[in-house]
Amino acid sequence: MWSDVAQRPAVSAPLATDATDTPYRKASAVTQGFLQIDRLSKAFVPPKPVFADVSFTLDKGEFVCIIGHSGCGKTTILNVLAGLDTATSGTVIMDGREVAGPSLDRGVVFQSHALMPWLTVRQNIAFAVKSRWPDWKKSQVDAHVEKFVALVGLSPAIDKKPSQLSGGMKQRVGIARAFSIQPKMLLLDEPFGALDALTRGTIQDELMAIVRQTQQTVFMITHDVDEAILLADRILLMSNGNETPEGYRPGGIAEVVVNPLPRERTRTSLHHLDGYYALRNHIVDFLVTRAKAH
Amino acid sequence: MTPAKNLNLRAGLLSVLIFLALLGIWYIATASSGAGNSTAGMTAEQIEYAKMMGKDPGASAKGSGFPTLAEMGRTVWGHVSNPVYDNGPNDKGIAIQLAHSLGRVALGFGLACLVAIPLGFVIGMSPLLRRAFDPFIQVLKPISPLAWMPLALYTIKDSSISGIFVIFICSVWPMLVNTAFGVASVKRDWLNVSATLEVNPLRKAFLVILPAAAPTILTGMRISMGIAWLVIVAAEMLVGGTGIGYFVWNEWNNLSLTNVIFAILVIGVVGMLLDLAFGQLQKVVTYVE
Repeated sequence: MWSDVAQRPAVSAPLATDATDTPYRKASAVTQGFLQIDRLSKAFVPPKPVFADVSFTLDKGEFVCIIGHSGCGKTTILNVLAGLDTATSGTVIMDGREVAGPSLDRGVVFQSHALMPWLTVRQNIAFAVKSRWPDWKKSQVDAHVEKFVALVGLSPAIDKKPSQLSGGMKQRVGIARAFSIQPKMLLLDEPFGALDALTRGTIQDELMAIVRQTQQTVFMITHDVDEAILLADRILLMSNGNETPEGYRPGGIAEVVVNPLPRERTRTSLHHLDGYYALRNHIVDFLVTRAKAH
Repeated sequence: MTPAKNLNLRAGLLSVLIFLALLGIWYIATASSGAGNSTAGMTAEQIEYAKMMGKDPGASAKGSGFPTLAEMGRTVWGHVSNPVYDNGPNDKGIAIQLAHSLGRVALGFGLACLVAIPLGFVIGMSPLLRRAFDPFIQVLKPISPLAWMPLALYTIKDSSISGIFVIFICSVWPMLVNTAFGVASVKRDWLNVSATLEVNPLRKAFLVILPAAAPTILTGMRISMGIAWLVIVAAEMLVGGTGIGYFVWNEWNNLSLTNVIFAILVIGVVGMLLDLAFGQLQKVVTYVE
């Protein structure tokens, strides 16, 4: 909807043919991919969009990581997918329907865990569960909450306030909350960014186990190359916008890397797998030489 | 004994010592004024001259007029032992006077809550309204509440209701400003969470924004209550009739300083208790991030 409004005044002769193409694209959305992002762009300063022409698709059950330097617009893309932000142009279609605002269909795990500090772990998750199923009885809500708290191994701390938990435990609650509403897909904004390396490793394992078990579709932002290789089926490499001799070039997805490693990989044996170093070097090379950080 | 307890004990002990020292100073100051000054050593002409100059050397022998500790003690005991009596408009027990003052404060403050908290909520949520209301709040806030009194008396025509109005108008601003500020500065993350959970506006207001802003709102209420208790004394001095402020003024007219001092102490203690109560409420809604 917003994209229509944004595009309409800008419709010029070449774009008009694109507009007529759109119904066809929408119709084929289900077969093409569960989540379709089409020519997304965001400009805070009109002539210089942060990113432009970002298109990619996610299949059901797929785990996709996006990696890039600060300021390339990763979080903006995620917020647009979540419906918390709007793009300047382009469309996002999930499950055949355009994303036009926040929805219970897309669970979000925020970098800063975003738990309500005046509620206990149980109440925080129950708040989400009651929002998803307002008609549920208290016993039903309780059982559901307990199930998801157990999933992240926090049953002993269920009646504690977030301030009594460690950073890793808080992020586990955030993950449990996002899973508890059983969304069609999960959006994770650098969920482990603020955690120490050891805790990060454990929670990565837990997240991977839950995702494999629930067949969840996941889109995740990360800065950590190993994390991306461990978790993702595909890795989107994003470049920053930069000035070239030919003029300003907006940021965008420079490359999509399909993870060749077997899906049953584990964190402890990851670096022994064939192809791991080649993949890692490729991504690090991209970040160092091609992504153009500022 | 834990260090914290030990510190409390020592602080308490010191408080008692300071209190005793103050009583001691009072005792010495009032006792010495009685001695010395007398007509002894003055000729009749000198006494006559002193009287012509408006001084009464005989009277000064009775003391400075400032009550002694013993007189003060008797007054305090008189009030405390019989707080509830009503011998007509100018002679009511201290508890009755206090009840009148507290009643006015409660009414004015309660009305202010009913206006300031919902209005502050709306102002805090809407940047447009915040800017639109800002000039009014900035102009009205610094006005001394008593400056409203003539206007209130003229329009309302009832002194008691005017007093309540003055309490209302002075309580409204801190609550309004704090509520708006608290609501406006609710963390973006919590609002994003409720947005992604498709929480309806009413549920969001009561379950997310209200608890998030509650500590700030309560700070505003605490400030308002403090101001209301300051203002009620002045307001009752003006409108008269009943209340602790009127009591102070009436006893000043009676030149009964012991009663005035007693009233001052009572005002202080009640103000402290009100503040303590709000402090406790604040503790209940405060959260640790």
